[in-house]
Amino acid sequence: MTDSTATPKIVEPTIFDLSSPGRTGVTFPASDVPAAGLPPQGLLRSELPLPELAEVDVLRHYMRLSSFNYSVDSGFYPLGSCTMKYNPKINEDTCRLPGFLYTHPLQPIETVQGNLALMFTLQEWLKEISGFAAVTLQPAAGAHGEFTGVLIMNAYHKSRGDTKRVKMLIPDSAHGTNPASSGMTGLTVVTIPSDARGNVDLAALKAQCDDTVVGMMLTNPNTVGLFDEHIQEIIQLIHDCGGIMYGDGANLNALLGIVRPGDLGFDVMHFNLHKTFAVPHGGGGPGSGPVGVAARLADFLPEPLVGILEEGDEEQAPLFGFVKPAKSIGRMKAFHGHFGGGLVRAFTYILMHGPDGLKDISQYAVLNANYLLARLRNTYHVPYDRICMHEFVAEGRFEGSDVRALDIAKRLMDYNFHPPTNYFPHIVHEALMIEPTETENKDTLDRFADALIKIAEEAKTSPELLHEAPHITPFGRMDEVKAARELVLCCWLPENYSNQ
Amino acid sequence: MTYIPISPTERDAMLKTIGVKSLDDLFKDVPAKHRFPELDLPPALTEMEAAQELQELSDSNESTRDLVSFLGAGAYNHYIPAVIDHMLRRGEFYTAYTPYQPEISQGTLQAIFEYQSLMTALTGMELSNASHYDGATAAAEAVNLAWAQFRGKRTKIVVPPSVHPQYRAVIRTYTQGMGVELDGEQLPITNYSITDDLPPLVDNNTALVIVQYPDFFGRIYDYTKLIEAAHGKGALVCVVANPTALAMLKTPGDMGADIVVGDGQPLGIPMWYGGPTLGFFTTKKAYVHKMAGRLVGETVDNRGQRCYVLTLTAREQHIKRERATSNICSNQGLLALGAAIYMSVLGKSGMKQVADLCYQKAHYAAEQLSQVPGYSLCFNDPFFHEFALCCPKPAAEINEHLLEHGILGGYDLGQDYPSLPDHLLVAVTEMNSKEEIDLLVETLAEVSHD
Repeated sequence: MTDSTATPKIVEPTIFDLSSPGRTGVTFPASDVPAAGLPPQGLLRSELPLPELAEVDVLRHYMRLSSFNYSVDSGFYPLGSCTMKYNPKINEDTCRLPGFLYTHPLQPIETVQGNLALMFTLQEWLKEISGFAAVTLQPAAGAHGEFTGVLIMNAYHKSRGDTKRVKMLIPDSAHGTNPASSGMTGLTVVTIPSDARGNVDLAALKAQCDDTVVGMMLTNPNTVGLFDEHIQEIIQLIHDCGGIMYGDGANLNALLGIVRPGDLGFDVMHFNLHKTFAVPHGGGGPGSGPVGVAARLADFLPEPLVGILEEGDEEQAPLFGFVKPAKSIGRMKAFHGHFGGGLVRAFTYILMHGPDGLKDISQYAVLNANYLLARLRNTYHVPYDRICMHEFVAEGRFEGSDVRALDIAKRLMDYNFHPPTNYFPHIVHEALMIEPTETENKDTLDRFADALIKIAEEAKTSPELLHEAPHITPFGRMDEVKAARELVLCCWLPENYSNQ
Repeated sequence: MTYIPISPTERDAMLKTIGVKSLDDLFKDVPAKHRFPELDLPPALTEMEAAQELQELSDSNESTRDLVSFLGAGAYNHYIPAVIDHMLRRGEFYTAYTPYQPEISQGTLQAIFEYQSLMTALTGMELSNASHYDGATAAAEAVNLAWAQFRGKRTKIVVPPSVHPQYRAVIRTYTQGMGVELDGEQLPITNYSITDDLPPLVDNNTALVIVQYPDFFGRIYDYTKLIEAAHGKGALVCVVANPTALAMLKTPGDMGADIVVGDGQPLGIPMWYGGPTLGFFTTKKAYVHKMAGRLVGETVDNRGQRCYVLTLTAREQHIKRERATSNICSNQGLLALGAAIYMSVLGKSGMKQVADLCYQKAHYAAEQLSQVPGYSLCFNDPFFHEFALCCPKPAAEINEHLLEHGILGGYDLGQDYPSLPDHLLVAVTEMNSKEEIDLLVETLAEVSHD
C-alpha cells in the first residue's frame, strides 16, 4: 500500500472543489406576486453552504464521473444473484410519458385511471406469472418485500391466536436480507445447513419443524443456482408443522413460464422487478419489490391495493380505485409504490414479451449459465456440479496457489469484464457466483470463458499479475481500512467551508 | 419481441457443449406435474405497439400539466431542470449495479459521496447515508436507530398528529412486533402548542421524539426548546424536514436535532404518481454505527489517487444478517444522483430562489384566499409554502367544484383528521403563476355563493 499520509492525487475534484463564488446555474423567473416579507428572523438560516457553478460545469463533472463506471450498457456484467440483464430503451421512454411523470399521488382517482389501470393489470399479470392469489405493488425493493412478507406471516399466525411461533427457518445459502428481515420483526432465526448436492438438508430441517415455526424463507433456485431436488418435501414439512413457506423471488429469472411458485405450494413471495423484469439497477436503486400471497394470506396485504370499484361493460371502462384488505398489516411506504421507475417499466417489459417471450427469457438464461458452466468446469472447481439454473458458483482458488477469488475478480476487469459476485454464498470457499442472463450472445460468453481460463493459467505462471490487478482501470485497489478508520463521509464541514 | 441475441444454430451448438438435446432437458429438477405452465397473458407486442399502448394509458390521465395544481401533502410540483434527466439517462449511471467493485464504480461512488455532502450542508447535520426508499421509511429507520441506541430499554416513541399521516402509518407498520409504544397521536391539533405542550409527554422511557418541519399543516416552528427538553430526558429527536424549505429556514441541525430525515422528491425528482422518490437520512457522527443504509467514505487507491468506497459495511445485512441495523439493500441510488445534480445546478442562489418563490407565492395565495367571504386561514402560525384553509363547506365538495374548473385543489384534511372536514391543505410552489392563484381565488369565491 502507498503512504497514507501523502497528499492524494485528485483525479476528479468534488462538486464543492469546483465551486466558485458568484457563479450561477439554473435560475427562475422573478416573482409575479406582491412581496410578502420573510418569516421571523429567528426562523431563517444564516448561510447556505451549497456550491456555485454554471450548468456546463455541473454537466461535465458528472459526465467525467460517468466515464469511471462499468455498466450493462458498456459490457458483460455476470454478477450472480443480481440478474444484470439488458435494460430495454423503450422502457426509459414509456416511464417518462408525461401522464405518468407529472401525476400527483393524491389526485382524485377519476383523473388517474391510466395509472390505476396499469397497476391493476400488473397485479393481475404478476399473479398469473407466479401462481399467487393476490399481489401488492407497494414494496420499494426486494428487502422491503421480504419485510412485508414476514409481517404478513406473523400477522396470520397472530390472527389465529397462534402466538408461540417465533422461529424462522433459513438455509445457510440465503441472502443476508432474509435473516435481517426476520430479525426486524423480532423473530429468532434458525439456520438450516445444505446437503452435499446443494439442497436443503432434509434431516436438519425435519429436526426444526415444530409448532414454534413461523415459516421458512427459501430461495429456489437457491444461491448456488440449483433447483432444490426435494422442493415438494420441504414445502410439505413446513405446512405440516403449521408454518408458512416464503419464496425469495431474487432468482425468478430462472422460472418464468417454467414453474409457478404458487403451484409448488409457496405461500408468499417477493418479486424483484429490477432483476427479473429489467428495471435498471440505477447504481444501487431504486428497485421495486411487489409481494404475492396465497389466498389465505390475501387479507393481510399492505393497504391499499388497486381494485375495481365499479365494473365496466362494453361501453364503459371499469372504475379503478383503492381497496383496503380486511386485516391489512398497514402501509409499507408513503403513496403507492415505485410506480414510474418500477411498475411502468416492468409493465412495458411484460407487455412486449407475452407468455412465450417470458418462457424464452428463463430458458435462455438457463442455457447461458449451463454453457458457461460446461466451458469452465474443467478449469475451476464447481462444488455442486450438476445442471444448474440461471447461475452457478465456482471456487476461485487453485491447489498450491495463494491466488484468491478477489484476485481473479480484479483481474477480470483488465479483460473488460465486470467480475462475478465473490465471497457469496458463504457455503462455497472463495465463491465466484456467475449469472450471465439471457441477453448475452455466445461470442461474449466464449470471450468471458476464455478470459477466465487464461487467468487460471496466469495464476500459475505470474500470480503477481492477479495480486496487483486491476491494471488498466482508471483506479486501482483501494484502502478500505483507511476509509473505515478515518470516516471521511462528507467533503464539507461547517468549520472549513467559511474559509473558502 | 425479446432481447435474446442467440440464433437457433448457436443455441444448438451450446446445447451440444452442455451435453443435452433440448432446452427442456435443462429443467428436469422441476417437478413434472407443474413444469411449463401455460400462462394466460396477452400475446407479445412489438415495440411500436407497446409504445402506443403506453401512450394511451398516459394520455388517459389528467396530470399536473393538464390541470392547475395546488396539491402537496408530501409530494410537490417543482420545476426540474433539463440537465438532470440528461445525466440520469446515461447508461453508465443507470445500468450499473451497487458499487461493490469500487475500481470500476467511482462514478457512482463519488456522486453518492457528493450527495451525502450536499445533504449535510442542507440539513446542518454531520453525516448522511446514501438514501432510503422515501421520507416515510426514513422516519421509520430513525425509530430503528433510536431503538438500537437504547438497546430496546426505552420503549416509547412520541409522534404528534402534525407529522404526515402516512409517515405515522409506516412507523406503526415497521414497529409492530418490536414492543414499541407510540404516544402523541391522541394530541389535539388546534389550540395546542407543540413547543410548550409536547415536552411533558417526553419521559425517561422515551427513545425518540419525531416532529415535522414544516409540519403536515405547513407550519414552521423553532424546535430548539422542544429538543432541549427532550434531551433533558435523555431522548433523541428526529426532525422530518422538507428540503426546499431548508434552503431558507433555520436548519434542524442548528436546533440541535439528532436525526433529520425527509423525502427528497422536491429536489428535482418527478412526482411520478408518488414514486420512486428518495428518503434522505442525516444524523450526528455519534450515531453512525447505529444508522442503517449504505455509506460512502473517502480513501486512496494503490496508485495514490483519492477515491471512494462503501464503508462501515459491517452494519449491513449481507455481513451481519439477523443482527444488522436494518435489512435495507437496494436504495434510491439513481435518484440520489438526481438530487445531487439538482442541488449543484441550482446551487446556492437557485435553491434560495426556489424557496423564496414558494414562500412569496404561498403567502400571496393565503392572503387573497383569506379575504374571500367564508374562507379563513385555520392557523395563525408562520408557514412556508403550504397552509390549511378553513372552508364554508366540506373540503371534498370544494375540490369537486375546483376540478370541474380544471383545478386540483388542495388536500382534503378530513380524510385523515375526521375533526377537520372543512379544512383544505393548499400547497403553492414556483410553478404556480399569479394568474393561477387568482383563478383559484375566483373559483373558490364562486363556491361560497352557491
